[in-house]
Amino acid sequence: MNKREQADKLFHSERLVPIIFLLLSYLAWQFSGLSGAFVLNQVITRFIRDGILVLSLIIPIAAGMGLNFAVTVGAMCAQAALLFVINYQVNGIAGILLVALLCITFSTLAGLVIGHILNMVKGKEMIVTIIIGTLANSLYQLVFLVGFGTIIPIGNEEIILSRGIGVRNAVDLDMYRNTIDKLWLCKLGNIEIPLFMILVVLLFACLIYYLLNTRFGQKVKAVGNSNEKAEVSGINVNMVRIMAMVLSTVLAALGQLFFLQNIGMFDVYTAHMNADLISCAALLAGGASIKDAKIRHAIIGIFLFHTLFIVSPQAGQNLFHNAALGEYFRSFVAYGTIAFALIINIKNEHKQQVPSNSI
Amino acid sequence: MEVYRIKPPQVIILIFLCVLVGLAYMLHLDLVDLFNESLIKLMMNGVLVLALIPMINAGAGINFGLPVGIIGGLLGLCITVNFRLTGFAGFFTSLLLSVVFCCMLGWLYGMLLNKVKGREEIAGTFIGLSMIPLMNCFWTLVPFQNRQMLYPIGGQGLRPKISLEPYFNNILDNMALAKIGAVEIPLGFIAFFSLICLLLALFHRTKVGRATIATGENEEFSRLSGIDIAKIRLIAIILSTVLAGIGICVYSQSYGFIQLYDEPLAMYFPAISAILIGGSTGRRAFIFEAVLGTYLLQTIYLLSVPIANEILVPEITEILRSLITYSIILYALLHRSGRRLSH
Repeated sequence: MNKREQADKLFHSERLVPIIFLLLSYLAWQFSGLSGAFVLNQVITRFIRDGILVLSLIIPIAAGMGLNFAVTVGAMCAQAALLFVINYQVNGIAGILLVALLCITFSTLAGLVIGHILNMVKGKEMIVTIIIGTLANSLYQLVFLVGFGTIIPIGNEEIILSRGIGVRNAVDLDMYRNTIDKLWLCKLGNIEIPLFMILVVLLFACLIYYLLNTRFGQKVKAVGNSNEKAEVSGINVNMVRIMAMVLSTVLAALGQLFFLQNIGMFDVYTAHMNADLISCAALLAGGASIKDAKIRHAIIGIFLFHTLFIVSPQAGQNLFHNAALGEYFRSFVAYGTIAFALIINIKNEHKQQVPSNSI
Repeated sequence: MEVYRIKPPQVIILIFLCVLVGLAYMLHLDLVDLFNESLIKLMMNGVLVLALIPMINAGAGINFGLPVGIIGGLLGLCITVNFRLTGFAGFFTSLLLSVVFCCMLGWLYGMLLNKVKGREEIAGTFIGLSMIPLMNCFWTLVPFQNRQMLYPIGGQGLRPKISLEPYFNNILDNMALAKIGAVEIPLGFIAFFSLICLLLALFHRTKVGRATIATGENEEFSRLSGIDIAKIRLIAIILSTVLAGIGICVYSQSYGFIQLYDEPLAMYFPAISAILIGGSTGRRAFIFEAVLGTYLLQTIYLLSVPIANEILVPEITEILRSLITYSIILYALLHRSGRRLSH
């Protein structure tokens, strides 16, 4: 029995998943033939791009709501804020501040709505967040493909399609491009380290860590452990869940802003599409579960998942002379990680429930 | 069977449909032609919607993992086309092969879903989603010989769209086609579709079928009365997967192409939406609901295409379509848990 327990501990998914990712990434890296410096640079770039998006998933998990696939809604809020500001041509510092303000306003509102909806479907939050994400995508398309030029007056002809209605597929973010990325850029040989941005991501990580250890954080964790117990001890469960959702959506929106300013331009209708998938898979790759996610899971996960993400197309090219295979493989890894985590977690949940039922 | 009551989503759908028909009339579109096509569309998509019924009735939720069955069907179709089987022989071989593959896939899928009882929907979604890239690798590497299926350049990997023109394109559509004036009624297709509906209805009358419904209604009670819950759920999930496989064969012969790669992803949300429009709550589903829902949803899809071409922003109908599809699903999920709380 003791051995069995030890084996269980050793092969617990918290360690198993990162180890599998480490092995896969290492193998794929070997086959890809890419230089270590290149991969490291790329991973650091992805770290500052996706870091906050991944961190935004932690609070809803702590509140027992599972993976928040509605981070795409936060991402869309950020894009909407950017598009409105570009449309009305507010430049310079005022523009940047306005983007941040609008972004936070939109995402707070969206978070409130999502929180309310999720309170109606306790226990089925994840599937509902997926549907909310796709539904919000349709609304987003309606606003920017049809609303612009018909209901919303056009202020900037450059971003509008030639027919006069709807926003173009790609919008340039010239004025925001790399405004803060190049701050405090360190060079170690071939490796570029944008210290400022890394510190920003780590700051957000500390913020979430701090938040989860305040009184509010205690409430969130209590709700995550058991809705009923939290209710009995006088916590307004619905309110805490809504707060968790608002925080997650606002963080996701800010995360998407950092993501877009790093890339420097964005595909209006597709930039947000995989935000949920990639950040959820990255978090799980670091050893998180749908019940328990820590800051270290997010940080380890981003490095592991994105290493695999970067090297696998080239590895596919070298192994099978077909780069598409590598891409299929990496999307399989992304979806598969989530599927695996879901099945293992829900199964364990049942195991814990069985003894209590049989008594 | 309780009395059929019309629900808010159906009212909205009916109003939208009336507006579309009115618009089509005003734009002088050929309504008879559209009616003919709407019949075909119903049966073309109908089997995929029917595929959702067994799982809902067994209490395993809405089958968000429909792509698993669709992939089994696509495998069957591809093998048939690889051996250049044509006509009815070809079509029925593909059905047979699909059933075989879907049984195997459905068994695996069912075993997995039995481990995640109560959360089948989210798990099914991601099992389906992770099957797609896995099969994309397969489609790229599989050593099929028929040049018509392969990429013209390089000769390796299947095309995203394989034409069924030389094999069994529209074989059901044109079977015993009756013409009354301009109205065309595909009697053969209707017969085939009715046969599947009938078989599914008969399944629910058998001992296993009754046990399925009992399990869906009250699992504790069924367990106490000696029903093997895991086995019953497994049967329902396999049946659902098999029907999805048959569904994609029927769909492909009518559409004229086998669509591979990411295409199965575009199929499961409309199917789910259709059965919910038909009035199912996602806890119990009837064949009648599936047929009605499919007809309403597919007619909306059908009407919106020519209308879209006439108006200034063609994307608007596509966007409205997806808005309807997803809001119906969201409504049903919210409505269902609202009812459960009130009990």
